[in-house]
Amino acid sequence: MIFKKFNIENKKARDLIPQAITVLALLSVIIYFATNAQINMGNRGISFGFGFLNQEASFDITFSMIEYDGSHSYGRAFLVGLLNTILVSVIGIFFATIMGVVVGISRLSDNYLIAKVAEWYVEIFRNIPLILQIFFWYFAALRALPLPENGISFYDISFLTIKGWYVPKFIWTNFNIFLLSVIAAFIAIYFINSYATKQREQFGKQLPTTTISLATLIILPLITFLLLGVSLTFEYPVLKQLSPTVFTYAGGVSIIPELIALALALSMYTATFIAENVRAGILGVGKGQKEAAASIGLNKNQILKLVVMPQALRIIIPPTTNQYLNLTKNSSLAAAIAYPDIVLVFAGTALMQTGRAIEIISITMLTYLTLSISISIFMNWYNKKMAIKEK
Amino acid sequence: MNLIAKPSKDNIKTYVPVGLSLVSLSILDVFVYAFFNFNLMGFLPSQLSYFLPLILGFIGFYLIRIEFSGVRSLDVLNKNINSNNFNALLTLFTIFIIIKSIPPMLDWFILEANFVGNSKDDCTGDGACWVFIKVWFNRFMYGLYPDAEQWRINTAFLILFAVVGVSFFVSEKLKKYFILFLVFVFPFLGIKLISGGSFGLEYVESAAWGGLSLTFIISAFAILFCFPIGVILALGRRSSLPAIKYISIGFIELWRGVPLITVLFMSAVMFPMFLPDGTFIDKLIRVLIAITLFEAAYMAEVVRGGLQALPKGQYEAAKSLGMGYWRMNALIILPQALKLVIPGIANTLLALVKDTPLIFVVGLMELAGMIGLAKTNPKWLGMAMEGYVFAGLVFWVICYAMSRYSQNLEKKLSTER
Repeated sequence: MIFKKFNIENKKARDLIPQAITVLALLSVIIYFATNAQINMGNRGISFGFGFLNQEASFDITFSMIEYDGSHSYGRAFLVGLLNTILVSVIGIFFATIMGVVVGISRLSDNYLIAKVAEWYVEIFRNIPLILQIFFWYFAALRALPLPENGISFYDISFLTIKGWYVPKFIWTNFNIFLLSVIAAFIAIYFINSYATKQREQFGKQLPTTTISLATLIILPLITFLLLGVSLTFEYPVLKQLSPTVFTYAGGVSIIPELIALALALSMYTATFIAENVRAGILGVGKGQKEAAASIGLNKNQILKLVVMPQALRIIIPPTTNQYLNLTKNSSLAAAIAYPDIVLVFAGTALMQTGRAIEIISITMLTYLTLSISISIFMNWYNKKMAIKEK
Repeated sequence: MNLIAKPSKDNIKTYVPVGLSLVSLSILDVFVYAFFNFNLMGFLPSQLSYFLPLILGFIGFYLIRIEFSGVRSLDVLNKNINSNNFNALLTLFTIFIIIKSIPPMLDWFILEANFVGNSKDDCTGDGACWVFIKVWFNRFMYGLYPDAEQWRINTAFLILFAVVGVSFFVSEKLKKYFILFLVFVFPFLGIKLISGGSFGLEYVESAAWGGLSLTFIISAFAILFCFPIGVILALGRRSSLPAIKYISIGFIELWRGVPLITVLFMSAVMFPMFLPDGTFIDKLIRVLIAITLFEAAYMAEVVRGGLQALPKGQYEAAKSLGMGYWRMNALIILPQALKLVIPGIANTLLALVKDTPLIFVVGLMELAGMIGLAKTNPKWLGMAMEGYVFAGLVFWVICYAMSRYSQNLEKKLSTER
């Protein structure tokens, strides 16, 4: 309506005005903030820059997958935090997917009880804030576990205690050869599958691809054990007395309770959303598709594998990837229970020590942003690839 | 190998009673063992008596699985929980697990729990110490807000409920004014009432606010502001003007790409650096801005979904009536687009409510934060379970009610196409 007053007939010029106003407003806000930031940093005697990443961090991190202690740099601390974030996200995604698929299929079960239980699982865990679930597992449930000296033992090789879960450590010899054999197995499976697809499409022959693939995956690594000198031994955790009243476990790997609580809460929470996606996906495949498949003589498993799943997956995968992304972002709640993820280590401890708020928050946000954007680019590519090609 | 005939309509007279009694026996055994700790089949070897209920139940279910038995209730039972061997096993497992988990839950929540008393010492049972919730209830609801002034929060919420309640009964014409009041007048009136500082009300600083009432205040304000911003961002993203379009896209993707906790960190430690030296913006307001912008980005994506789903004809029809951009959107496009995405909007608002506990990052304490504070009180150590179960229940009731309401709204507003 404002633009009517100008009575500009030329559309180009008319479009220019609101755009120019927006850009100018944005620029002035940015300049205002930047000048203030410069003055404030000048007052505190700090200058903008990322040189601090090479300085000695001089703080310890309770849980690290790579070698780290106080003498390493802030950059290294960032890496430790990032790896911990990735670790908990991968664990969470793994279990959330399994649970989500099971619950989603259960919701469609013709068994009334199972369907109801699954429905209530979704309703309960979806409607409680994730942070409360994390607090519940960490402060209430895991704190009720016994002390190391009477830890819950699983056949004496693994112990669950209040201080964490002690599991055997894998000690490999010639791990590289084993890894190569696994990679080789996957490559072989890829070729077997493409060969089977060709056979099916050209001659209508069905090959037992699942059995062959599984056999390859087992046999190839097994050969390395028998012939190529790969071996695997376990180092079991053993109870050790530190002082008359304090016990701990030596050897093995200790999974800290923060990680357990976080992975548990993340996967149980995200599983409810994945379950809903799976359910919607399966329901989204028209009844006619199943009937048509049955009428050309496919059996129940073939219908599921060849007709229902390919179509359902097309509906399931995009929102599920979104949930994976949410899980990764939600893993930042780790800071609440002191699991040393990127937010706690970097945006917490490192920020307190250096006072470089702008640089550190920007790096943290950029890290998450990179993660999100790369996943959405991948998703767009995948969607395009999977979209129904109509002729 | 035809010792037992396959269950069919011919032997229904013998099989069904036997099968039903076997199933009942197996459930009874588990029930008695779970509730009274008495093993009915204790005389059997321990391994056998452990699995016997499962075996008995399984045989029982096999015997009563008679197709087209002609007995309606039996058919319904078979169809729903006993359609094949696998389903029968699943049914048994589910029933057993439910029965097994009832007694410990019942004990913890009610039978062994303590309800009366004023201190931790009054909690003598093995169950929950609800005394903890009772004693701290006031704090859980109002935070550190002074006791004498709590009537102000109550009044604000009472007015809200009263106005909402009355608005259900007045005519459509008056309803409009009620909604206008609720959206444009009440929030600021309410916040003035709670913060005080004028009209003879004592000033209460926002750091003292907390508990469940803070959850409501933050959710309400964030919802109020994030909705219009989200709509504008969505329109911006669909705009044909490149500068506005790309700025909107950048803004939306920036917020959607980062976790809320880092946004809150930013509002706490980085934002003050961007303001002139000496300017101080209240913590609560900073948090509110952060949450609002964050959720607005999600809202924008939901609204965009609705805008994209509208057929092009709607835009063309509006334009052919001579409507301008804003009138077209306000009168034709948005009412339809928003109706399409009610579930998405409800989910975003639900996420917003569930995100409010995160404000602990900047030191504000709503319900979950207050429980964190109470459980570290030296006099009340070891009360985490009670606290978080209580908070979980409260949030669950709120969120479940919201999701149910949105489902009803969706049904009510859905128009046949």
